[in-house]
Amino acid sequence: MNSSQLIGITTFTYLFSTILYAALFIFKSNRLGFIATIFTVVAFLIQTAGIGLRWLESYQLGIGRAPLTNMYESVVFFAWTIILIYLIIEWKFKTRIIGTFAVPFAFLAMAYASFATGITKEIVPLIPALQSNWLIAHVVTCFIGYAAFAVAAGLGFMYLIKNTSDTRQSTNNSSLLGTLPALKVLDDITHKTMVFGFLWLTVGIITGAIWANSAWGTYWSWDPKETWSLITWFLYAITLHARYTRGWGGTRIAWLSIFGFISVVFTYYGVNFLLSGLHSYGSS
Amino acid sequence: MKHKNPIWSFFASVKLALFTLFFLSTTSIIGTVIPQKETSQWYVERYGEKTASLFANLSFTPDMYSSGWFIALLCLLCINLIVCSLERFPGVWQQIKADNLATPLARLETMTPQHRWQLAGQDNDVAGLLAASLHSIGWQTEKRNREHGILLFAQKGAMTRIGVYIVHASILVIFAGATIGSILGFKASIMLPETNSTDVAYTFGTHTPVNLGFEIRCDHFNIEFYDNGMPKSYRSQLAILEEGKIVLEKAIVVNDPLTYKGITFYQSSYEPFSDFLVTITNKNSGLSETEIIPYQQQQTLQKSGLQIGVISADGRGQSASKMKIWFTDNNGEPSLFWLDNGAQTTVERSKNNYTVSVKQMYATGLQVAKDPGAWLVYIGCGLMILGLVVAFFTSHQRIWLFIQKDSAGKCSILLAGTANKNKTGFAKTFQHLVENIHKA
Ligand code: HEM
Repeated sequence: MNSSQLIGITTFTYLFSTILYAALFIFKSNRLGFIATIFTVVAFLIQTAGIGLRWLESYQLGIGRAPLTNMYESVVFFAWTIILIYLIIEWKFKTRIIGTFAVPFAFLAMAYASFATGITKEIVPLIPALQSNWLIAHVVTCFIGYAAFAVAAGLGFMYLIKNTSDTRQSTNNSSLLGTLPALKVLDDITHKTMVFGFLWLTVGIITGAIWANSAWGTYWSWDPKETWSLITWFLYAITLHARYTRGWGGTRIAWLSIFGFISVVFTYYGVNFLLSGLHSYGSS
Repeated sequence: MKHKNPIWSFFASVKLALFTLFFLSTTSIIGTVIPQKETSQWYVERYGEKTASLFANLSFTPDMYSSGWFIALLCLLCINLIVCSLERFPGVWQQIKADNLATPLARLETMTPQHRWQLAGQDNDVAGLLAASLHSIGWQTEKRNREHGILLFAQKGAMTRIGVYIVHASILVIFAGATIGSILGFKASIMLPETNSTDVAYTFGTHTPVNLGFEIRCDHFNIEFYDNGMPKSYRSQLAILEEGKIVLEKAIVVNDPLTYKGITFYQSSYEPFSDFLVTITNKNSGLSETEIIPYQQQQTLQKSGLQIGVISADGRGQSASKMKIWFTDNNGEPSLFWLDNGAQTTVERSKNNYTVSVKQMYATGLQVAKDPGAWLVYIGCGLMILGLVVAFFTSHQRIWLFIQKDSAGKCSILLAGTANKNKTGFAKTFQHLVENIHKA
C-alpha cells in the first residue's frame, strides 16, 4: 500500500460520503446520518494516513519534505481541511445536513487532484526557493482559510435554497427543505465560518510575505497571485464590515460567501493558468 | 457631537470604507491582467500603439500599483481609518471606563439574559454570599448601595473592545513601514563573478548605481543537483570587506541571506562562464598559483611556466560536473585525466608532484535590498493577527446583581448580563453562572 493508493481510495470514499449525505437530505433517516458521519470519519482517517505516508515516502526517497508543496499535494490538503472543518461544525452545531453541501467540495477537489491532466503526483524534490519553513506555514494557513471559505460557500448556498422554502424559520421533516437548519442558524454558522477563514487567510498572506522577504528581499511585489489573495481578503473584509456596521445579513451575506469563494478559487487556480506571474509553484 | 462638519462625516463613514475597499479590489484586477513592469516597447508590441498609450495615460502600465491614483486610493483608506477611529474611539473608551455601578436599574430590568430568584437573609449578608460565590468562579465584584437595595457588578474582557482598533491601527503601521521602505530603501542586484569584489549594486528598473559603502566579494559559488537533475541548492561563499579587511564571512543559500549594515544580500541567480579557475601547487617547492583559463585553450601559467588546458567537460546544461584536463610541466609526456568540478587531485610527474584543482567559473546573482521599514511592517502584521484574535474570539461580558430587601426577611435578586459579541456563547456562560450561584 503506498500513499497514492490511499489518497486514491479517499477520492471514492468522499464520493460515497457525498452520496450518503445527499441520501440523508432526501430520505431524512437518522440512521443514514449516523452512517454518513462514521463513513466520513473513516475516509478522513484514511486520507490522513495517506498524507502521512507520503511524507514518510519522501524521506525514503531521500528528499524529506512536508507533502504540501505542489498543486496535487495542496489540493489533497485542501480536501482534508474541508472535511476537518466540516466535522468540527457537525460536532459543534449538531447538524448533519450541512454535509450535503460541504463534503462535495472535498470530493471535487480530490477528483480534480486524481484525474486532471497536467497534475503530477510524483514526489519531486524542492527547488531551492521552496526550501523554507515559512512556505510550509504559508501553505497550511492559506488552505485552512480556503477550506473554511469553501464550507462557508456551501452554507451560503444552503441558505439561498432554504430561503425559497416556506419553512424558513424552522426545521421539520414535512418537506425536502424543511430538514435544513433554520435561516437564522445558517446565517450564524456561515458568518462564523467566514470569520474563521478570514483570520487564517490573513495569517496565510502574512507568512507568504515573510517567506518572500527571506527568499528575495521583497515582502510584497504585487504579482498576480499576491494581488488576487489581497482582492479576496478585501472581499471578505467588505463582507465583515457590511455585516457589523451596516447590519447586512441573510441573502446578501450568503451571496457574498459564494462570490468570496469564487475569488478564492480564482486566486488559487485561475491565476496559475490564466495569468502570468512569478508564483509558479502551484502550476505543476 | 462636536464634529458634525460634512467633510469629517464623509471621512468617518463606513460607507466610504466599503466603497474604497471595493474600488481597490476591482482596480487591483487590472494590474493582474495587464503584465506589469515591462518596457514601453513591449506594451506597444503586445497591445498596439493606441491601446498601449491609453494604458500608459491611465497609469495601468508600467507599474499601476505605484501610480498616483492607486496610492491615492490607499491614502484614502488610511485617512478613512484614522478619522473613523478618532470618531468612534472616545465612545469605546467611555464604555471601557464606564461606572457600571451607576447603571440605571430600569436598564437591568430590560436586559437579556436575566434571572430572578429569592434568598432568605439580610440584604448585606446575601450580597456578601453572592459576591463570594461569584469570586470563586472568577468574577470579581464591585458593590454599591443604591436607593432600594445593593448593586453588585462584575466584568470580564473590557479591554477586548480595543481589538478592532488594534486591527485598524495595524494597517496604518504596515503602510507606515512600507512607506519608509520605499523612501529610504532600495532594491538592487549584482552579478558578481567568483573571486571578484564590488561596492556598487544596480537598482531594479532604472539600473541606477548604488554605493554600498563597503565591498562584497564572492569567494566561491556552488550548485548541487538532485539525482533527477533538478537544482538542489545554490550556495555562495561571501565576504564583506571594509578598507580591504574581511569583517564578515558567510555562505548564503536561497532563503538564508546575509545582512551587513542594514543591507541584505539574497542568493537569486547565477551565470556559468566557460572559463575555469585552476589552482596548481608544486608539492616539492610549495609554490602555488591560481589562474583563470578559458575552455579548450592551452594556457601557460605566468610564474611557473606550467601548461594546462580543459579539453572537454561533462555536465548538465551549462554547468560542468567533471572536466578532462591536459597538464604538463614540460618534463615528459603531458598528463591527461578526468577531474570532478572543484575537486583536488595529485598528479605525479617524473620530477615533481603537483596538486591540481579545477573549477568552472560562475558569477553569483545577488539581490540586494535595504528596507529600513520591514521591521515596522512585521510589527504591523503581528498586531493585525493579535487584533483579529481579540476582535473575533473575545468579548466584553458584564453582569449585575441587584439585591432588594423583601418584607419577610427575604431578598429578591435580579441577575442580568450583557456581552458585546457572541451572544449565544454568553447565554451559555450566563446559564452556567445561574447554576453555580444557586449552589451557593
Ligand atoms: C482592509 C482594511 C480593514 C480591515 C482588515 C478591517 C478589519 C476589521 C475587523 C476585523 C473588524 C472587527 C469586526 C468585529 O467586531 O469582529 C472591523 C470592524 C470595524 N471596522 Fe474595519 N477594517 C478595515 C478597514 C476599515 C476602514 C477603512 C474603516 C473606516 C471607516 C473601518 C471601520 C470599521 C468599523 C466602524 C468597525 C466596527 C467597529 C466596532 O464594532 O466598534 N474598517 N474592521
